[in-house]
Amino acid sequence: MSQLLEVNGISVTFDGFRAINNLSFNIGPAELRAIIGPNGAGKTTFMDIVTGKTKPDEGKVLWGDMSRNLVGMNEARIAQEGIGRKFQKPTVFEDQSVEENLLMALRNARGAFSVLFWRPTDADMTRVRELAAEIGLANELSRKSGELSHGQKQWLEIGMLLAQEPKLLLVDEPAAGMTPEEREHTTDILVEAAKTRAVVVVEHDMEFVRRLNCKVTVLHEGSVLAEGSLDHVTANQQVIDVYLGR
Amino acid sequence: MQRSFLMKNPSIMVFLAVLALFTIVVTIGSEAFGAGFVSTSFVKTLGKTLCLALVAVAMDLVWGYAGILSLGHFAFFGLGGYMIGMWLMYERTKEIVAASMAEAPIPPTPQEIVDGIGTQIFGVVGSAEFPVIWAFADSLFLQLVLVVAVPGLLALIFGWLAFRSRVTGVYLSILTQAMTLALSLYLFQNDSGLRGNNGLSGLQNLPGLDDISQDFVSMWFFWGSALALALGYVFAAWIVSGKFGSVLRGIRDNEARVRFLGYSVEGYKLFLFTVTAMIAGVAGALYYPQAGIINPAEIAPIASIYLAVWVAIGGRGRLYGAVIGAVFVSLVSTFFTGGQAPDIDLGFYRIQWVDWWTILLGLSFVLVTLFAPQGMGGLFDLITGRRHPERHGADLGPDKGSLQEEEAER
Ligand SMILES: Nc1ncnc2c1ncn2[C@@H]1O[C@H](COP(=O)(O)OP(=O)(O)OP(=O)(O)O)[C@@H](O)[C@H]1O
Ligand SMILES: [Mg+2]
Repeated sequence: MSQLLEVNGISVTFDGFRAINNLSFNIGPAELRAIIGPNGAGKTTFMDIVTGKTKPDEGKVLWGDMSRNLVGMNEARIAQEGIGRKFQKPTVFEDQSVEENLLMALRNARGAFSVLFWRPTDADMTRVRELAAEIGLANELSRKSGELSHGQKQWLEIGMLLAQEPKLLLVDEPAAGMTPEEREHTTDILVEAAKTRAVVVVEHDMEFVRRLNCKVTVLHEGSVLAEGSLDHVTANQQVIDVYLGR
Repeated sequence: MQRSFLMKNPSIMVFLAVLALFTIVVTIGSEAFGAGFVSTSFVKTLGKTLCLALVAVAMDLVWGYAGILSLGHFAFFGLGGYMIGMWLMYERTKEIVAASMAEAPIPPTPQEIVDGIGTQIFGVVGSAEFPVIWAFADSLFLQLVLVVAVPGLLALIFGWLAFRSRVTGVYLSILTQAMTLALSLYLFQNDSGLRGNNGLSGLQNLPGLDDISQDFVSMWFFWGSALALALGYVFAAWIVSGKFGSVLRGIRDNEARVRFLGYSVEGYKLFLFTVTAMIAGVAGALYYPQAGIINPAEIAPIASIYLAVWVAIGGRGRLYGAVIGAVFVSLVSTFFTGGQAPDIDLGFYRIQWVDWWTILLGLSFVLVTLFAPQGMGGLFDLITGRRHPERHGADLGPDKGSLQEEEAER
């Protein structure tokens, strides 16, 4: 079975509190997946583990055709492997322009020496303008990103994610702080991106998840509670009890 | 390519023009070449100041751009000085020894000359043997290589150990300070091989050039320092101009985020730390022949702290700020501590600047940090209208550079 990402029995404990408990699931190569679950279910922690920020106490995270274990690799290495991440709180480089943010994310050599001698080509600049147009920031390229609105920062971060051209996008609550129209546009971008790569979206907003129209995994207390279509999981009594009913 | 780089950064051209003008004025006014309104000792002070500006540029790269508050860069500066000092002292002593032995009835063997030099140099620390580290002291070329290699290697090893364990912030500063302290304490020992607290002296005399007066020698070093500053400045500006500079500023503002973009933060820090240590070494190698003497007290941690103060007062994160800070503060400091400033008699108390200057400097540092984080360089923003992001509310969380309260509510 060729899976892109295979999470295999991972557990992690913070000061005696088990945030992830024997969690296992798979993501396919061009799959769109939504992850939902109550606050503290371990959704962000799951992303921390995949991207190398948190080391699991046990378990494996297997990646790609070669099934390499990501556990133990550092963050930069994992990112170079093709995993991009958008944070729950938008984190862009506020003191730098939108263009500089995008250029930094653009898929190019990451080593210190190659970056030192690197200068953007016309193709790079075209790509930056394309991305900026896609995320609605075409007219803001030279603005400091710290001046953008909350929603615009969210988009800039999504743009940076796309610029990296990762094989797997991990997107943590992309719609927070966006207007309904912005949310719709965000869904479009994510659905479009998922045509060529795997996208995992964590979101609390059910309307948003419904529009993604994809397989849903429900996390609760650090493990999978239910999995399937949105209608399937929302009909699940346990899911209603721990999440929807509250 | 190079052309467009200079065109895109007009501040570099302005800086180079100002530096060139300054060099010309000093040359015209020097005792060696002109009117003589700039004394030779003041030419030396100015030349040394240019070297301090160069090390400040290096400090600004590591601290102002990459956010690494290193308290070790003056140690690298001192090491550069020691490396060139070894050659200067060796060759100079060799001339003296050879001259005195030439009068002896039997011509001295090369070994006798070397022994003679050893006795001359190390007599003060009760030794006559050449320590191993002086192995290359007779070669100007090799000692010049060591001027960059020794600070570079120390920075590389130290940086590799520190950055690999992800030591950051205050802890890293303390670590670099410990390194500086250990180095200076080691050099204070008589058996360190570098003459303990006597240090190396007589460095203003260039071997083989006895006939040339200091009026000229001082000008050569002044030009050399100006050239080094110009090259160092352009090099630093080039480093921070492109994506490399973007990554550095990203590391300063949120290094975790830079990692998730796939950049190996440790590699970048190590590269920058090492390169700036080398620049500091070059600056030191030009400084100490003008000062004439180097001893371990120069390397003490306080010197590196001063360096940070200059950069902060001048304005972090902009290269001309570092230069302005170093030039302004060190010249004013020379003025006050050199006894030129008249004491102020308050009747009940006499303010003696030699003592009070440090307090005044400390106070300005605190005031700048609190009220003008952009430093003196920030004054230029008033002219060019450079603005910083308008932020609202307090930080929402521990991740710096993330959303702030009022923004989230909107
Ligand atoms: N570094 C940490 N140290 C201690 N506890 C942590 C740490 N990171 C997460 N936790 C805890 O682990 C649990 C899972 O957190 P996580 O952030 O993954 O939840 P989440 O599903 O993303 O929730 P939300 O929907 O609120 O974002 C929470 O109880 C949290 O307090
Ligand atoms: Mg979360």
